[in-house]
Amino acid sequence: MATPHRYTTSAIALHWMVAALIFCAFPLGLYMSDLKLSPLKLQLVSYHKWLGVTIFLLVLVRLVWRATHTPPALPASIAAWQQRAAHALHHLLYVLMLGIPGSGWLMSSAKGVPVVYLGLLKLPDLVGKNKALGNVLETLHASLNYTLLALVLLHIAAALKHQFVDRDDTLSRMLPFLERKP
Amino acid sequence: MRALSHYLLLALLLVASPVHAQEFNEVQTAKSSIVFGYRQMNVPLTGTFSKFVIQAHFDPGKPAAAQVRIDIDLSSIDTGNSDADEEMPGKLWFNTQQFPTGQFVSSNIKALGGGRYEAQGKLTIKGKTLDVTAPFTFRQEGANAIFDGSFKLKRLDYAVGEGLWADIATVANEVSITFHFVASSKK
Repeated sequence: MATPHRYTTSAIALHWMVAALIFCAFPLGLYMSDLKLSPLKLQLVSYHKWLGVTIFLLVLVRLVWRATHTPPALPASIAAWQQRAAHALHHLLYVLMLGIPGSGWLMSSAKGVPVVYLGLLKLPDLVGKNKALGNVLETLHASLNYTLLALVLLHIAAALKHQFVDRDDTLSRMLPFLERKP
Repeated sequence: MRALSHYLLLALLLVASPVHAQEFNEVQTAKSSIVFGYRQMNVPLTGTFSKFVIQAHFDPGKPAAAQVRIDIDLSSIDTGNSDADEEMPGKLWFNTQQFPTGQFVSSNIKALGGGRYEAQGKLTIKGKTLDVTAPFTFRQEGANAIFDGSFKLKRLDYAVGEGLWADIATVANEVSITFHFVASSKK
C-alpha cells in the first residue's frame, strides 16, 4: 500500500500552529511566574492560560487527524530502532502536549483562580481549592515543561540531522518545499 | 366609639403577636461572614474579611427602630492568594496603617415585605464615606436570627486600588459584598 510522502496540509498547519503556540506559552510562563504582583502579571497569567487551552484543543484535533489518517512513512533508509525511537518520542510529545495544559488547568483550580478562556468561557474546576495541592501541581507543571523542552530539542535536533546530515526526505514530510527532486 | 374599638383591636393584635416581640442584639461573629466578590481578567473570585465587630439591635416587627454598626478590620482580608494578601494593606489598596477600619452605620432600615428588608447607611472605607443600600432577608432559626444580604460597590469610589491598579480592565471596579449574620437575643 502506497503511503503519502508528506503530511496533509491540515496536519502540517496544525503541527506548526501548535509549535508556534508552545514557543509563546513556554517563555511567557517562565517570565510571568517570576514577576511581582501587578496588573501586567495578571494579564500575562490569563494570556498564558488561554494559550494553554488553545494548545490543548488543537492537540485534540491533531489526535483526531491521527486517528483518521495514515502518517507518511519514514524513509526506508532509517534504521528500525531509530524509527521506533521516533514513534516513541512522538507519543511522548502528545502525552505532554495534553498533560501540560491539563496540569495547568488542575493547578488553576487548586489555586482557586479558575480558567476563563479568552475572558469569556469559564472552564469547570477540576479540583477544589487546596493550597498544598496547588503547590504540588505547580511543581508538576514546571517539571513537565522542562521535560517537554528537552524532548522538543531532541525532536528538532533529529529533524535537522535528517535534513543536513542524512539528507533524506524526513523533514520535507512536514515542510514540503524542502523536498528534494529525485 | 368606633375609633376606640379599632384601637382595642390593634392593641389586642400587638399583644397577641409574640413573633414580633423579640429583639436580636447579639451578633455571633464566629457564625457570621463577610464575603467580597470581584472579577480579575473576567475571572470571578471571592475573598473574605475574617475580623469584624457588629453592634446591632433588630426587631423584625419594628425595623424603623433597628440599628446596625459594623466595624471591619481591613487587614484581616483573605483574598485566597498570599501575594495579593500582602498587597492589600499597602497604600494603593486599603492603606490600613492610616485607615485600619472599614465601617458601616445604618441610617434607615425598612421592611420590604415577605421577610425582606433594606438597610440604608453610610459606608466608610479609606476615609471616604458614601451612602449604600443593602437589601437583606431575615429569618428565624430556633433562638437565632439569620440575616443574608448583598450589595455592590465600586472600589474606585473608595480609592481602593490606586495608581497602576486603577486599571479596571484587569481588576474590575465592581465589587459585590455578601453578608451572612447570625444574631441572638441578649438575656
